[in-house]
Amino acid sequence: MRRETFLPLVGVAGLVALWYLAVWARVVDPVLLPPPEDAFAAMVKGMAGGRLGYDFWRTVERTAYAIAIAAVIAIPVGIALGSNERIYRSVEFVIDFFRSTPASAMFPLFLVIFGVGDMTKILVAAFGAALVILFNVAYGVMNARKTRLLAAKVMGATRFRVLTDVMLLESLPQTFVGLRNGVSLALVIVVVAEMFIGSTDGLGHRVFEAQQLFEMPDMYAAIFAAGALGYGLNLLFLVVEKRFVHWSGK
Amino acid sequence: MAAATGVQAPGLAAAAAAGAAGRAAEPVHITIRGLTKHFQGGAVYDNFDLDVPRGKFVSVFGPNGCGKSTLINLIAGLIPADAGTILFGGKPLRETKIGYVFQNYREALFPWVSAWSNIEYPLKLAKVPAPERARRVDRLVAHLGVKIDLKRYPYELSGGQQQLVSIMRALVVDPEVLFLDEPFSALDYEMTLFMREQLQRVFNETRTTMVLVSHDLEEAVYLADRVLLLSRRPATIADFPDVPMPRPRSDETLSDPAFVLLKGHCLEIFQREVRKA
Ligand SMILES: Nc1ncnc2c1ncn2[C@@H]1O[C@H](COP(=O)(O)OP(=O)(O)OP(=O)(O)O)[C@@H](O)[C@H]1O
Ligand SMILES: [Mg+2]
Repeated sequence: MRRETFLPLVGVAGLVALWYLAVWARVVDPVLLPPPEDAFAAMVKGMAGGRLGYDFWRTVERTAYAIAIAAVIAIPVGIALGSNERIYRSVEFVIDFFRSTPASAMFPLFLVIFGVGDMTKILVAAFGAALVILFNVAYGVMNARKTRLLAAKVMGATRFRVLTDVMLLESLPQTFVGLRNGVSLALVIVVVAEMFIGSTDGLGHRVFEAQQLFEMPDMYAAIFAAGALGYGLNLLFLVVEKRFVHWSGK
Repeated sequence: MAAATGVQAPGLAAAAAAGAAGRAAEPVHITIRGLTKHFQGGAVYDNFDLDVPRGKFVSVFGPNGCGKSTLINLIAGLIPADAGTILFGGKPLRETKIGYVFQNYREALFPWVSAWSNIEYPLKLAKVPAPERARRVDRLVAHLGVKIDLKRYPYELSGGQQQLVSIMRALVVDPEVLFLDEPFSALDYEMTLFMREQLQRVFNETRTTMVLVSHDLEEAVYLADRVLLLSRRPATIADFPDVPMPRPRSDETLSDPAFVLLKGHCLEIFQREVRKA
């Protein structure tokens, strides 16, 4: 294998070394910062049939529901808005405004409407993700290459065929940008929601509970599990994008 | 007096009329009358008349920004005219099959499907069944002697190959008119020369009416049966000379004294129009 393949491991090794150094030099209380192997052991034990694994999958489930709901609503609406620039311009401010509003500020409102169940966590995350996806899809459609639209038109495509055969595909790369950003945001919102609104499971709950019980290796394990989940989701979308949007950037 | 002439020498009158009309023997394909188009900067066309002959190759040449692209875009229906009529053998555009080749092939082809699928797309729009589509693309490929791997995506092909694919996409429906807006100006010189020959072959074999916008006078004259020289905007016809060189043309055509003379004449008119600024 080429040496470059192992380059990312240098950073990981550096981080672990730094961690050991901090433990050894007692920079922080040993109770607050256990050695890396303790956190690692807690992670392996938790993921292999322990609480952590269960919480991990609960978070995956909520994030998946949130992104699915967001995509099902935001992609068609984004296409509709993007294909009619006048309509988009008229709602742009509202979309931009709520896109800039921290979704966590919407928790109390959603709590009042949907109660403290799973539904609230999923819907707030879906709300945040939907606006991001909507914005990107609409821009993808609006920025479709003029020449390509004209080419389809001059070949005799109806407005509908131009939309389905050209605009939709033209907007796919931007749609994937929206999906990747949307899933990151949905994960953030789900984890925060799991920490604070009457939760009994999920990674957010795991981190919070471990901290409350002073089980520091468990807490670090949960944090890394959340990190791995975020990274993995992003990677998943990148791989799917590479496969289906092979022309992106070409 | 006119009546007397008519009675006494009808043959002569007809000949005179033919002379006045320029080329009565040459059937008109596209009739443009009273074409008017304004942009913010003013009129690009103001009551413009033009007859494009059937089965001929017309090159459009003129100063920068005089409205060459606008003219073929108006005829091809890519942009709406403010006023005027454009008829193809008496029919409106929507009853006419046309092909259009863009300068920017990279942005005109569909990168999400193969070159082959790009070529068959207009047939799909026309609801031609799949086996018939395959037959017609195959026939076109054989006809043009194209040696490109059409299973590849457009972005995997060279610039010249991509433009050849867009020309094939325009030709696959057997268009009555083919429009080309500076189709080779994004290619390197070697490729341009090669593509010029390909286009000449297509024309010689199909005799489809073609309208080419070119910023290269030699290319414009070399390929054309007639060269449409436009004035500065609002564009008028500065001249519309015949190019009588026999086909197929070759490098020898370029050094033919008649060709050189005609090219010089076009250049003179062009420079006269440029200086009018
Ligand atoms: N969409 C538009 N809006 C405003 N003005 C336009 C538009 N399209 C063209 N024009 C103007 O109309 C004139 C003719 O444009 P056109 O593109 O037809 O020129 P051209 O002869 O093809 O030029 P070039 O040699 O640069 O290709 C130019 O002055 C241009 O600025
Ligand atoms: Mg132009």
